[in-house]
Amino acid sequence: MSPADPLLRATALQKSFGGNQVLKSIDLSIDSGQVVALVGPSGSGKTTVLRCLNGLETPDGGTVAFRDGPAIDFGPKIPRKDALALRDRSAMVFQTYNLFPHMTVLENVIEGPVQVRKRPRREAIADAERLLARVGLADKRDDHPFNLSGGQQQRVGIVRALALQPDLLLFDEPTSALDPELVGEVLTVIKELAEEKWTMVIVTHELAFAREVADEVVFMDEGVVVEHGHPDQVLRDPHHERTRRFVDRLLNPF
Amino acid sequence: MDWDLLRSSFWPMLSGGLTATIPLALASFALGLLLALVIALMRISGQPVLSAIARFYVSVVRGTPLLVQLFVIFYGLPSLGVTIDPWPSAIIAFSLNVAGYAAEILRAAILSVPKGQWEAGHTIGMSRALTLRRVILPQAARVSVPPLSNTFISLVKDTSLASLILVGELFREAQQIASFSQQFMIVYMEAAAIYWVFCLVLSTGQSALEKRLDRYVAR
Repeated sequence: MSPADPLLRATALQKSFGGNQVLKSIDLSIDSGQVVALVGPSGSGKTTVLRCLNGLETPDGGTVAFRDGPAIDFGPKIPRKDALALRDRSAMVFQTYNLFPHMTVLENVIEGPVQVRKRPRREAIADAERLLARVGLADKRDDHPFNLSGGQQQRVGIVRALALQPDLLLFDEPTSALDPELVGEVLTVIKELAEEKWTMVIVTHELAFAREVADEVVFMDEGVVVEHGHPDQVLRDPHHERTRRFVDRLLNPF
Repeated sequence: MDWDLLRSSFWPMLSGGLTATIPLALASFALGLLLALVIALMRISGQPVLSAIARFYVSVVRGTPLLVQLFVIFYGLPSLGVTIDPWPSAIIAFSLNVAGYAAEILRAAILSVPKGQWEAGHTIGMSRALTLRRVILPQAARVSVPPLSNTFISLVKDTSLASLILVGELFREAQQIASFSQQFMIVYMEAAAIYWVFCLVLSTGQSALEKRLDRYVAR
């Protein structure tokens, strides 16, 4: 693939859990530097798409191809190892942070670079300190996660993902577990990353945020992409009835 | 009260405790824990055969008396041409036995770590083995300290069974002194007291270890 090609292209992704087909056939294309917001009702399969891109789930069928590899065709008998190759290209920020509770903030951040990427510890620490300072957490480096607020923990979660310098950042409802007054500090960090041209896929219910930050909004429902396009179009003037109903419901909950 | 007997029997018993009971328990526990980890991982491996072997092992160990296990190894194996000295026999029997119990403790402790921790390890590129070592086991260790301490304390007392295969541990010293002096009550009470002190010390150690491992957890 040439540099003009998308960073990531997923085609016809399918995934079932038990008899429940969560992803029917998902196509997704993400350019370098693009921010894609995945929105849709709960149970629509957004999170599963994200997890398939990161190799946390193995799709039953379809392909996931990164520019310059790996490109994986998920058949019925794809070796687990191959699916894991996806992880080298992306990193996930979880809804519930999933920081390592037995490690300090700094140890959480350098764990991947040192243990997996085999970078010299001193270098990894210097990078981690720089990243922590950027999200306003320089003074928390020696604290354990349980001493931090949810917003602070999520910022550490973001830094832990950034420290791996992935080509693609994946956010799984990064603010859903947060108290409302803490949402802003996390969204601010994500917005700054967008301005720095990180490529990101964000599963979110924050439509206002999606409209402000995303280059493209993908609306999913019942395991299919219903429509996608510029945020202003999808969120203000949706073509599809299902999208319209979803947006209405989120904007006017009562 | 025969104070002279109490005094003269104290040192042989204590030295039996320090040179046999405690080392026997420590060695068996260390080996047993290693084996337990292997069995626990087999059980949660998701491989039907490995999992079945592990279940069978745990079932046999927990379903048969330790004394019988000990006798099979020391008195039974020689008839198959395998003769093992008392000390190694005791260590083998005790560690195989401890492994059966500790495997279930470790399995539960590993499963008690939230799935999100595995996923966090995976998303930063860790393999399953690396995630287990760096992320899961340190957290499982904290959960498993109280039940494993129980197992260890039981083991310390169970080592008295080794007296029956001629290991010169605390209780064997007690038996010899008792039969020689014919003062069964005094001598056996004294032996009991020494076991009790050993276990008190171990309980204190357990509390200290729990405190240490609890440092990073919200209460």
